[in-house]
Amino acid sequence: MSFEKFLFYLFAALLIWAAGMVITRKNPVHAVLFLVLAFFNAAGLWMLAEAEFLAIALVLVYVGAVMVLFLFVVMMLDINIAELRAGFVRNAPVAFVVAAIMVVELIMVVGPARFGLDKYAAPAAKPADYNNTAELGRALFTQHIYAVEIASVILLVGIVAAISLTLRRRPATKYQDPGKQVTVKAKDRLKVIKMDAEEKA
Amino acid sequence: MIALYDYLIVSAILFALRVAGIFLNRKNVLLLLMCIELMLLAVNINFIAFSHFLGDVQGQIFVFFILTVAAAEAAIGLAILVVLFRTRRTINVADLDTLKG
Repeated sequence: MSFEKFLFYLFAALLIWAAGMVITRKNPVHAVLFLVLAFFNAAGLWMLAEAEFLAIALVLVYVGAVMVLFLFVVMMLDINIAELRAGFVRNAPVAFVVAAIMVVELIMVVGPARFGLDKYAAPAAKPADYNNTAELGRALFTQHIYAVEIASVILLVGIVAAISLTLRRRPATKYQDPGKQVTVKAKDRLKVIKMDAEEKA
Repeated sequence: MIALYDYLIVSAILFALRVAGIFLNRKNVLLLLMCIELMLLAVNINFIAFSHFLGDVQGQIFVFFILTVAAAEAAIGLAILVVLFRTRRTINVADLDTLKG
């Protein structure tokens, strides 16, 4: 067994184990941490498939940002776990039967008979000066430039939606208005009045 | 050598586990969101594997956009969840019956 094959099985086994733990843990914080492990191992699999840029992006964007967001929300919400776990045991047989049927059916379709090495030969290793990021960037910014623009609009909409959904105005809060601060004139603040001189008593 | 079907079977198992997870944790919106995230990951593994074996970078471009949309979806989903929890004090799917659906 080659070292690559060993790595593949290691990453795949850890990925599936972590995925199993995500759905069976009682504590949602543990579930999120196993989700992080699952994404990390998936990044390893992508690295084996020579998708280096996306593997790093998965770790940075998913593990670094989205999973931390999940963790943040899980810890912020005060969740009653026992109530949410009701029906877990009752649903378990159905869930695992459905999952097993799906796995068997999918393996019948995508198994070695149709997608073996004789049908799809393993591609030759890329030369040492091959740059996955450069190739991805060239395709992204020439052929797919409109899609990139649309993706950036989607992200912008995401920012605006997430902020406007969770923003809460508190009327009692005191805050400064910089616009008013810079437009203020000296005569608004200082008033010179005329009055007679007072005599010392 | 690693064959194409190795990747496809890993992602099939991952996808089926997520379906089981949705059955198991169907009361907890948070875990449902996590299950959707990992389903997308399973699909992405397929794209990457095909991109590798067919020698075409377009599959990776597709994964790039799936990641973008999934990140936006997770952010908005969690924002909705936070607002929901603030108003109803629960994230149990069974309690969210205001629409009488």
